[in-house]
Amino acid sequence: MSTPHASDSAATADAVAPKAALQIVQQAVDELAHLPGALLPILHAVQDRLGYVPEAGVPLVAEALNLSRAEVHGVISYYHHFRSSPPGRHVVQVCRAESCQSRGAEALWAHACSRLGCADSDHGATNADASVTLLPVYCLGLCASSPAIAVDDRVHARVSLPRFDQLVAPLQTQEA
Amino acid sequence: MTAKIRVFVPRDSAALAVGADEVAQALQAAAGEAIELVRNGSRGLFWLEPLVEVQTPAGRVAYGPVSPEDVPGLLAAGLLQGGEHALRQGVTEQIPYLALQERLTFRRMGVTDPLSLADYEAHEGWAGLRRALAMDSAGIIHELTHSGLRGRGGAAFPAGIKWKTVAHAQAAQKYIVCNADEGDSGTYSDRMTMEGDPYVLIEGMTIAALAVGATQGYLYVRSEYPHAVATLNEALARAKAAGFIGDSVLGSGHAFHLHVRMGAGAYVCGEETALLESLEGRRGIVRAKPPLPALKGLFGQPTVINNVITFASAPIILARGAQFYRDYGVGRSHGTLPFQLAGNIRHGGLVEKAFGLTLRELVYGFGGGTASGRPIKAIQVGGPLGSYVPEDKWDVPLDYEAYAAFGGVVGHGGIVVHDDTANLARLARYAMDFCALESCGKCTPCRIGSTRGVEVIDRITAGGPQQPQQVKLLRDLCDTMLHGSLCAMGGMTPYPVLSALNHYPQDFGLSVPDAPQAEATQVTQAA
Repeated sequence: MSTPHASDSAATADAVAPKAALQIVQQAVDELAHLPGALLPILHAVQDRLGYVPEAGVPLVAEALNLSRAEVHGVISYYHHFRSSPPGRHVVQVCRAESCQSRGAEALWAHACSRLGCADSDHGATNADASVTLLPVYCLGLCASSPAIAVDDRVHARVSLPRFDQLVAPLQTQEA
Repeated sequence: MTAKIRVFVPRDSAALAVGADEVAQALQAAAGEAIELVRNGSRGLFWLEPLVEVQTPAGRVAYGPVSPEDVPGLLAAGLLQGGEHALRQGVTEQIPYLALQERLTFRRMGVTDPLSLADYEAHEGWAGLRRALAMDSAGIIHELTHSGLRGRGGAAFPAGIKWKTVAHAQAAQKYIVCNADEGDSGTYSDRMTMEGDPYVLIEGMTIAALAVGATQGYLYVRSEYPHAVATLNEALARAKAAGFIGDSVLGSGHAFHLHVRMGAGAYVCGEETALLESLEGRRGIVRAKPPLPALKGLFGQPTVINNVITFASAPIILARGAQFYRDYGVGRSHGTLPFQLAGNIRHGGLVEKAFGLTLRELVYGFGGGTASGRPIKAIQVGGPLGSYVPEDKWDVPLDYEAYAAFGGVVGHGGIVVHDDTANLARLARYAMDFCALESCGKCTPCRIGSTRGVEVIDRITAGGPQQPQQVKLLRDLCDTMLHGSLCAMGGMTPYPVLSALNHYPQDFGLSVPDAPQAEATQVTQAA
């Protein structure tokens, strides 16, 4: 467990072939299965490297930890952080908790949905060209400088609507 | 060649989020030869971030908020000598916001390079651990108990009693677990500590390990804090290499191995038993208590589980003695609390003060009122599960018992200010909605009650002849959640809901103020 969650890796997610993805799962299992309570560290390692936890990898993890597939699936689906399908090339998180609400987070969220072309969903949504996945987040710990967002692994605070547009502008270009 | 001038640019997430890296790069590019750039923690004066400090003979001089575009002008104005400029805030330690605080747990915050062992040592680092090593288990626990330190995560349970229970438990393996799942909106003191002074947390956990005879420890950090995780991992590696933790703590023969684990975005994992389930590799589902984690905790073994600030307070208590710490505060609330001013506030930031000051002193004296310039309408104290405190309570001293007496919660010290554009019915609905989203699902009042709560609030705000019955229904529902939930998630969601309903009935479309009602006053074990 040494790599912090870096959404940058998500950029390559859809390029990984199913077989290669399973190899990455197996690699994470081999590295980490010896840890006490190894399931979350393994799932983090897989998602950090692939951008998501492929369903086809669940049996590998279950086998290694002597768990049922249902138990592993249950853990993946329980935690908001883990996802079972590749995200967009970039991940934008907008805080919707109380502190940010007091500084216009609801308007910022609505603006983000329309600006990025993402459906307004409590569970987040990816836009049509898969350039961006927009996720709600409940607190980035920047509450003295609300409202706050994260674009991939970078955090931004005191985000006005024009500032938001500035920050996400590079994400939807072809090269993004 | 003259000595390089030390210039400080914080590496705290909240500074990075407003461009501290870009400011550091601009300074390095323009004055690289003349300066030694230190990436310190944040002083916690967030409206001034990025706050650049320069070491001068008169002390460190602060400039802020600095943007990269300001850098050439600042250098031309003599930044490196502490020269005059519109952004100059004076000698940092004399800025009233800072000078008026009582920083004990946060005394190094923003002063040092967070990862420098030399800096830590030069600022009283490891003094508590060294003193603890010279004492036996009972001696350490006596100090902690006598200091009056109570769990800073929100539940305010006496830390000494928890440690003593674990110390007396018989088991081959005991654990120390740090609850760093700081999920409450309006709180960031844990994050600041992990990013800005990680060794104090490591030292505190190591003292706990010595006190109870534990050899393994885990820091459970939320996945929303990748910078904190990275800083902690680096700090652990350095502390281990230097012999402060590992096979033999400072050569004493006591082993203590410490690991960082990352959460995965489940708010309820801030509840201690859900956190332990998560650490064990399962869904973060709350456990029924008893058994207490102190007796059957992580992997079924005796476990000290405390919040970041609780552990981070132990070193100064051991270093300076219990009485020193105990003398701060009022009543049964001893010591200090790092209050976190957040939301719609002009001068948002961290204010560590002894218990006993008032909300008014905090939000006006320190905070300077709202950022929007509009009147304050409501202040939520103690996180999303804390009450909205109306103006007639803003002069009540902040201490655990005084707040509990009127149905308030001091909690983790998070303070979120809302101006007069806030709609408290919407915020109450949000509290129920959030509970529905984050409930672990184990107990019915929380799992079902929260969803019904959203519906009932919608029916109240829709108005019509059903309104009085629906208000009664909401109160009944809150009563059930309060008394029937397994943990604070469902058990305290009624706090914001009922306080909003009681003090801001007009926002619910209630023309006649609802009859005065009891606030939520049950003390539920919070995380």
